[in-house]
Parts: sequence; C-alpha cells; structure tokens
Amino acid sequence: MLNQMTISQLAGQLGRRQISAREIMAACLEKIQRVDGSLHAFISYDAADALAQADAADKDLAAGTTHRQKPLLGIPIGIKDVVAVRDQPLNCGSKILGSFVSPYSATVVEKLKAAGAMVFGRLNMDEFAMGSSTENSAFGVTRNPWDATRISGGSSGGSAAAVAAAECIASLGSDTGGSIRQPAALCGCVGLKPTYGRVSRYGLVAFASSLDQIGPFAREVGDSATVLGVISGHDLRDSTSVPTPVPDYSAALDGQIKGLKLGLPKEYMIGGLDGEVSGAVQAAVKHLEKLGAEIVEVSLPHTEYAVATYYIIATAEASANLARFDGIRYGLRVDGADPTDLYCKTRGAGFGAEVKRRIILGAYVLSSGYHDAYYLRAQKVRTLIRRDFLEAFEKVDAIVTPTAPTAAFKIGEKADDPLQMYLSDIFTISCNLGGICGLSLPCGFTANPKLPIGLQILGKPFGEETILRLAHAYEQSTHWHKEKPPEKP
Amino acid sequence: MPGDIDVQYVARLARIALTPAEEEKFGAQLSHVLGYIEKLNQLDVSGIEPTAHAVPLVNVVRADEVKPSLTNEEALRNAPVKANGLFLVPKIVE
Repeated sequence: MLNQMTISQLAGQLGRRQISAREIMAACLEKIQRVDGSLHAFISYDAADALAQADAADKDLAAGTTHRQKPLLGIPIGIKDVVAVRDQPLNCGSKILGSFVSPYSATVVEKLKAAGAMVFGRLNMDEFAMGSSTENSAFGVTRNPWDATRISGGSSGGSAAAVAAAECIASLGSDTGGSIRQPAALCGCVGLKPTYGRVSRYGLVAFASSLDQIGPFAREVGDSATVLGVISGHDLRDSTSVPTPVPDYSAALDGQIKGLKLGLPKEYMIGGLDGEVSGAVQAAVKHLEKLGAEIVEVSLPHTEYAVATYYIIATAEASANLARFDGIRYGLRVDGADPTDLYCKTRGAGFGAEVKRRIILGAYVLSSGYHDAYYLRAQKVRTLIRRDFLEAFEKVDAIVTPTAPTAAFKIGEKADDPLQMYLSDIFTISCNLGGICGLSLPCGFTANPKLPIGLQILGKPFGEETILRLAHAYEQSTHWHKEKPPEKP
Repeated sequence: MPGDIDVQYVARLARIALTPAEEEKFGAQLSHVLGYIEKLNQLDVSGIEPTAHAVPLVNVVRADEVKPSLTNEEALRNAPVKANGLFLVPKIVE
C-alpha cells in the first residue's frame, strides 16, 4: 500500500531501490480509480503525464540523486485547482475559465518539481476558494472520506479529501480564512497555513490578496514540514513574499516541548461549539501539558468581530481581483450588444451564486457613501484583531483552539444560509486577518458517526517551527494519525 | 441606510447580469449578512490606524531590466477570440 505511506518512509525505500516512483504513482492512480468516483476529490488528472514524471524520477534515482539533494524525489503531490501548472487545465472550480490551460507554472509548482515531486491532478474546491464545504464547485461536491453523505470542508476540500483517502501523498491548498485548516480538520489530516509572505503566491489565482496564502496538506506533521521547507522562500515575482531565511523545519521536530507556553483563548469557548469537539480539544490540551507545555489563559477580546471584518475585507478585495474575468482575454465569453453587455452576460453566466454574492457585497462595501462605514471600519478592526494576537504572543509561544466548531456537517445542510456557512469559519479567520501562521491536526473523533476532530495551533509571524514542533510532539504520542477512513467511502 | 442594499444597482456596478430570481434571493441573503456585519458598529475605532496588509512592507522595487516573459502566442493561448496576434473585442467606436 505505497499510497498510504509517508514521505520519509517512501524516500527511504526509494533510496534503497526497494520500490520505484512508478509503483508509487501507479498505487495512487489505482486508488483514485477505485474511490474517486464517489469522493470526487479530483476535477481531473493527467495519468500519462504523471507516469512520465514517475519515469523521470526513477531515472534520476538510478543516476544516484538522493533525497538529501531532492527531498521530494518520486513523491506524488496533488494541486488545488487555483494554482497554475504549465500545460494543465486551471478552472478555480468555476465555469468562467472555460477550457483555460496554464501558460506558466506557479513558483510553488516549480519548487516542488525542482525537489523531484511528481506534481499531478486538479483538486476540487469551492469556486474561486469562496466557501467552507466544496459545495460551491461548478464540477460537483467533494465528499468526506469518512462519511460520503457529509462535506469535506472547504474551500480546499479536494486537497484534504485526496490526502485523507490516500489518493496522493501530500497536496497543496490555499487558505484565505481557513480554507486549508478547516478541511484538514474535517477530513482528518494535517493542514498548514504559513505566515503571510512565507510562500510565494506567484501563479495562485487571487481571491483576497492581503489574506491568501498557499500551504501543504499531509497525513503526518513530518511530511508537512518537508513540503513547507520546499515551497517556502522569497520570490522576486511576488512582491509580498518576505526575504526571511527558511529554517530547516524538519530539524524542529525533536519532541522537545518542555517549557513552551501555550495560550488558551477564553473567547473561543463559544455557544456554538460542539460538546465532543470541545471535549477532544480539552483532552489534547491536557495531553500537551503532560508532555511539558505550560498552559496559560490568554484573551483575544476582538474574536467575535473577526467574521464580520473578514466578510468585508475579503469580499472587497475579491470584487477587485475578479474584475479580470471579463470574457476578453481568456475563458468564457458570452457575446453582447456592446462591451458592457458582454461583461455582464459573461459574468452572469460564468460565476456561481456564492461568487456573485461576494462580488456584489464587496462592490457594495467599497461603493461611494459606504466605504468609510464598512471597509475603512473593518480595516481598523483588523488592526485590533492583529494587536490582540501580538499582545498574546508576548506571553505565550503558541495558541491552541478547536479548528472548527463542529465535525463535518451534512451535504446541503448550510447551502442556502450563507451566514451560517460563514460562521463555521469562526476559529480560523482571525489568523489570516492577523497575518500569523496556523495548522490543524487530528485530535480525536466523534462517537457516532465516527468523524475527525481538528486541533488548531496558531503561531507567531514566521513561527512555523514552533507550531510544527508542538504538533509533531502531540501527534507522535497519540494514535489519531494512524486511524484511516474506510477503504471505500 | 446600511443593510439596505440595492442588489440590481450594485450588480450593475460589478458588471454581473442577474436573473430576477437571483436579485430577490441575493437581496434577502445579503441583507441578512449586512445585518450581522452591523456588529462592528459596537466598537469604538477612533484613533485606530487601518491595516491594509498584515506584514509591514515598504515598496519593493527591482532593476528595470528586460526579463523573459510570455510570448505573444502563449499570451493569446486562452483567448476566446483572436486574430493577427491580438485579442478581438466587440466594436467600441462606430
């Protein structure tokens, strides 16, 4: 079962020439053929190209290239449909891009390939990353590997489900308000949102430019650290990437968390928090304390304003970013009597309901007479939210919370109530507004049905080593990461 | 009046054609969302600087040198309509 293994296990066996990259890729493709008809994590995948990359990796291995030189040599990694891969389709889960094929690759894809990874597949997502359930994709819903009647989370639902179901070894997603961490929690894998500026966004289709960040999904923390190390770093093609040196994230995973101070925000114990989720998170906190961490209560007083702030700032930025989808240079075009008529018809036909709602909301909060009352006020509240974190991080090394208030909900349950859907992001949104880093890892299951529960660990800006260290120590002394979803969902 | 959104007008600003059914549905849903957003008025934000960007960055510049970029053919690869190395658009001037 090569598709079930971790990067370090596969690297060991590849290095000893016990297995081939082609066998690993074939195992993933076989698993996809067997289960993806019901899961629908992939919008599409190019098997011939994936196997050609596998053969190239095997040649590289035969020539003596090691995993010290190329840490992802022979590792299959799936890509969310919002990140450009040269000569592969790119749709952002939308109809409006038509039959778009990327003329260039994102920096993260170039980095993965340079590290030897086999980059394949277009992973399903909420249209333009707007959603929390992957129900908003024009290509159909991605189902949860633990229970196919439930959502996989979103917006990177395909990236989370594919990794949890062992259709690939790791994947990339993007996180604007929780789109990596929430689906990771709901599907039972590890999802990491790096600090804003840590990873280049060149080749990532923009949703909300002051919040978007690319990050990895993996089944174990060690693999998250490996992939993060590969994709991080300054990029001249993204002026918001930061020239802070990239540390050796894997070296931080030494199990030593004694004396680290962990903050528990009192504002996160809200009414809508499910009892089983709350119980699992409290047990995880006790466990971290047993491992030597010191638990400190902290206060993030502006938490209750985060969702409102986010849905002003993110929609405002989206309304500007998505103006480029006008039917002129690429994608769908619906002809009209004049250019304006063409734009309106193209966008009316090409965008789905949630994208239309958010563009309209964003245009509204930026419009004359409302800008100061909504957008400017939200930017000021964002300052208060960021300040809350920076003050808390003077006292603690990391903050621990639930990732989502409930386990995976039923498909259709919140589809017609945007506000209820937005509130499911309540624990993940502040992290993006504050520009800090965060990850989610499994910390238990609900009893009946058995569904994964996620623990969120938030870190200081560029504090990825600390949150990975904590997550790894927790993971390696618990058994949650060893639990597998049913072989056939 | 905040919370009172003219969906037809704003959709026009955003260049999105809506059906009457969409107008009605989005109007109700967005009023609900705007009602929730009113929460922010509870806060006193006087004297608080706005945050446009979480990482304090100054302008990033580079040397003004020609670097490789997409060819004309590649830039037009996904064009809905093209001719003579150009994007074709509807007639703007009679």
